[in-house]
This record gives sequence, C-alpha cells and structure tokens, in this order.
Amino acid sequence: MSGIGTGYDLSTTTFSPDGRVFQVEYSSKAVENSGTLVGVRCKDGVVMAIEKIVTSKMMVKGSCRRCHIVDLHAGLSVAGMGADGRVIVDRARQEAAQYRSIYGIEIPGRVLAERIASFVHMYSLYWFVRPFGCAVMFGSYSEEEGPQLYVIEPSGIVYRYFAYALGKGKQIAKTELEKIKFDEITCREAIKELTNIIVGKCRDESRDKAFELEMLWICDESLRKCQLVPSALVDEALELAKAAAESDDEDME
Amino acid sequence: MKIGGGHVRGGGGAADGPVKVTQTPYVVGSSVLGVKCIDGVVISSDTLASYGSMAKFRKISRIHKVSDACVIGAGGEFSDFQEIKKTMDGVMIEQFCMDDGYVLTPSAIHQYLVRVMYGRRNKMDPLWNQVVMAGFHDGKATLGMVDQVGSNFESEVIATGYGLYMGLPLLRNAYRPDITVAEAKKLLEDIMRVLFYRDARTSNSIQIAAVTKDGVEISEFYDLETKWDYQRFVDGARSGDVSTW
Repeated sequence: MSGIGTGYDLSTTTFSPDGRVFQVEYSSKAVENSGTLVGVRCKDGVVMAIEKIVTSKMMVKGSCRRCHIVDLHAGLSVAGMGADGRVIVDRARQEAAQYRSIYGIEIPGRVLAERIASFVHMYSLYWFVRPFGCAVMFGSYSEEEGPQLYVIEPSGIVYRYFAYALGKGKQIAKTELEKIKFDEITCREAIKELTNIIVGKCRDESRDKAFELEMLWICDESLRKCQLVPSALVDEALELAKAAAESDDEDME
Repeated sequence: MKIGGGHVRGGGGAADGPVKVTQTPYVVGSSVLGVKCIDGVVISSDTLASYGSMAKFRKISRIHKVSDACVIGAGGEFSDFQEIKKTMDGVMIEQFCMDDGYVLTPSAIHQYLVRVMYGRRNKMDPLWNQVVMAGFHDGKATLGMVDQVGSNFESEVIATGYGLYMGLPLLRNAYRPDITVAEAKKLLEDIMRVLFYRDARTSNSIQIAAVTKDGVEISEFYDLETKWDYQRFVDGARSGDVSTW
C-alpha cells in the first residue's frame, strides 16, 4: 500500500482515484494475448476468422471451438479465455431461444448484442465475481436488419462495426482491414482477405505457435444460416495465403 | 369445481379436489393417417380445425416439418399442437447450435415427443393430441404415434381420431409391405375421402406429406374430388328404415 493509486486493483467494486476499474483493464490483457480474431460485414453477410492457437500436437483437429452458433441466424467468436467465452455463448443461446418463444421471431442482432453486453457488464459490478477474460465478436443476419457485426468487450461495452480485430495482431489487422471495401465484396471473397491478414500479416511463422484457422459465416451463400465456413474453402484460402507469404519473403531477401 | 383450483396451483385449496387442467379440448383437428412404404413414409390430414360442431378454421395445417428427415401430424386440441411445434422447433435449434454433425434421428424425435406427452400427462396437464411421427433415415422408414396419455407405438399403418374407426380397417386391407410412396399417396387420398363422407369433423381440403431419401415434401392444401350421386347418398341413410325414431 505504498503511494497513491495502488491497492485498487483487487476488486471491481472499487474505483481507483483517477476513475479506473483495474480488474476490467486486466481482463482486457487476457484478450490481447489471444490469437488474432478478425470479423467483417460484407455485402451479403458476416464472416469471422480466428487464429486458434494449438497448444498440443495431440489435440484433435477441430476441437476447442472458438466460433459458436447461437441461433439459426446468429453466431459469435471468442477472443481470450475460451472457457469464459462458452459461458457467454450459453447465455446468448438462452436469450435467443427465450426471445423466439416469446415473440415467435428470431431475435434482432441489436437486441441480442445488447443483452449479451448487459450480461457481461454484470460481471464487472460485484466483488464475488470476476470479469470475463474474453471479448466476443457477434454476427447476425436477419431479414429486418441485414448482416451486422458487434463486438462486446469485458467491460460490457458494445459497438457495431463494419470490420474489427481483436487479439495479438489487432493493430496490424485493423490497418489492413481499413484498406479493403468489405461492403462491396461477398463473404466468399472476404474469406481470402481475412486469411491473408491473419496468416500473411499478423503471424510470424518462424516465431508463432502452431495454429488452426477457424471461420464462421452467416451469409446468402449459407442460406442465411450460421455455420462454420466449409473446410474446403478455408483450406484453399490458407494455401493461397501461405504461398503469397512465402513469395513475399523471397522478395524481401 | 373451479378449473385451476386445488392446492398445487393455488386457488380454492384442497377442498376443491385435485388440479384439473386441459381435459376438454376446444378447437380440435380430426384424423391423421400414415403408411410406411418401401421407399419412404406418407402421412395425410385434412385442414380443418373445428370448434365443437362448427367448422371454425378451414385452412390450417396440421402437419409440421421437424427435420429434413421427419414430419409430425396431429389431431386433437390445435393450440396444444402449436405448443408441440414450438417445443420441437426449439429442440431442433438447440441441436443446430451444437453443430456436431449429428441430427436427431426420426426415432429419437419420436421418443422425445413421447417423453413430452407422457411427462405432461403425469403432471395432470396433458397436451390433448394424437401425434403421428413419420421419418426416413438410413434407408428405412419409421412411423409411430403418441397420444395425450403417452401411449405410443410404431406400426406399418397408423390412424388417429375418427380415422381409427373408419380409416384403419381400410388401411390394413390395402397395405402391402412393398407399397410405394406414390401408391400410398393415392391410398391415403381415397381414405381421406371416405372420412370426409362419414366424419362430420373432416373437411374435403387435405394435405399430404411424404418423407423419402430426398427429404420431406409437404403438399399444398388441395380439395378432394367428391361424388354425391351414389344411390345410398341420394336416398339418404334412413331410406328403408320404417322405425318411428
């Protein structure tokens, strides 16, 4: 307890003298260490791609999912602690099902995003819980609203984006995302761009751990149903991105 | 005695006796018929929901697609059927979210429905329906039913409601293990016609659903061709009856 401004980081129930809640800021650190997650809204839907770090060579391919389906028309991806993410997914599914049972229609993206955000926010208010160690990217494609992309952070803040990135490579990824007009291309085209950003720009193959690329989309091509992007498409994009990255390296040498 | 009374649901207290809930259906659908075929399974129903003897809703569907390999059709209280549809849709969405590559098989869906129906009966709050479940999975057809008390079975031919009395004998006579979907559609149409003639709660507007290897195909509503110049119809049922009753 030396000096002013120390000792305020043990609980979310106490502000520091300069108005910060340290526990919430620390949870953002858990997100920053995550594999890169990028998401975009295209003209015909939403796509998200995550660099899933493979922690063990013995891990079964496709396990430890980071992209989850929430309802027929909605899904979310988790950057940060995967286990915390599943609690959010569980809640999101309940909210979506409850809305459907009450109103008989699919939950609008904005409503679900705000409900998830409120839920996440609750965990930054009480001493007996800790904030979520993850941020989620939430996509929805409804008849009324069209494709939408939201990001919910551990503080409970929620914004809608055209494109966004979370995790280790978020700065580089955001710079790259800004260069592309996603609302003029389709999700199928965006798959290659996103793969390229993660594999070609954010990753350093010589240093970074092994990874799997997991992608989720809700678009006209998937009949507006939320699903993992078919592995054939992901693999194709991966090959292209890896080849492009290698030729880049050669150019530099 | 007051409906909803009794000690469980609050109200009048134990003196009112046990809780009584939906034990009188109001808006009801009549028969559903089903035949298991060599290349699929077919069910049929008419499109009427009656309010007592009044033909209140003439164009409603009593057949519902549950999955790409399974349909259900129901007679009995229509609002309860709507509840069943909602329940099943919820279950299927839950399964969709799991995204594990598995889809509930028709027999799993059937069993789930049985659990729901029997569970509600044991809560003394039954869903007042007779539900026919038809599915096609792994090259094999399944056809079963469950009613408001949870009785359930699978069979080659199934009929519910008035069809139990007037349709089932006809179904059994016409059934062959090698009957095809096309033949079964024709057969069900013929039996629906008999039911329309004989059951005052059945309309001539019907719907037929088939489940085959190509998935579920539910027809639009269409009207049966009818013929009213049979001598027996012209003379009337009482012709030759000399009783004074």
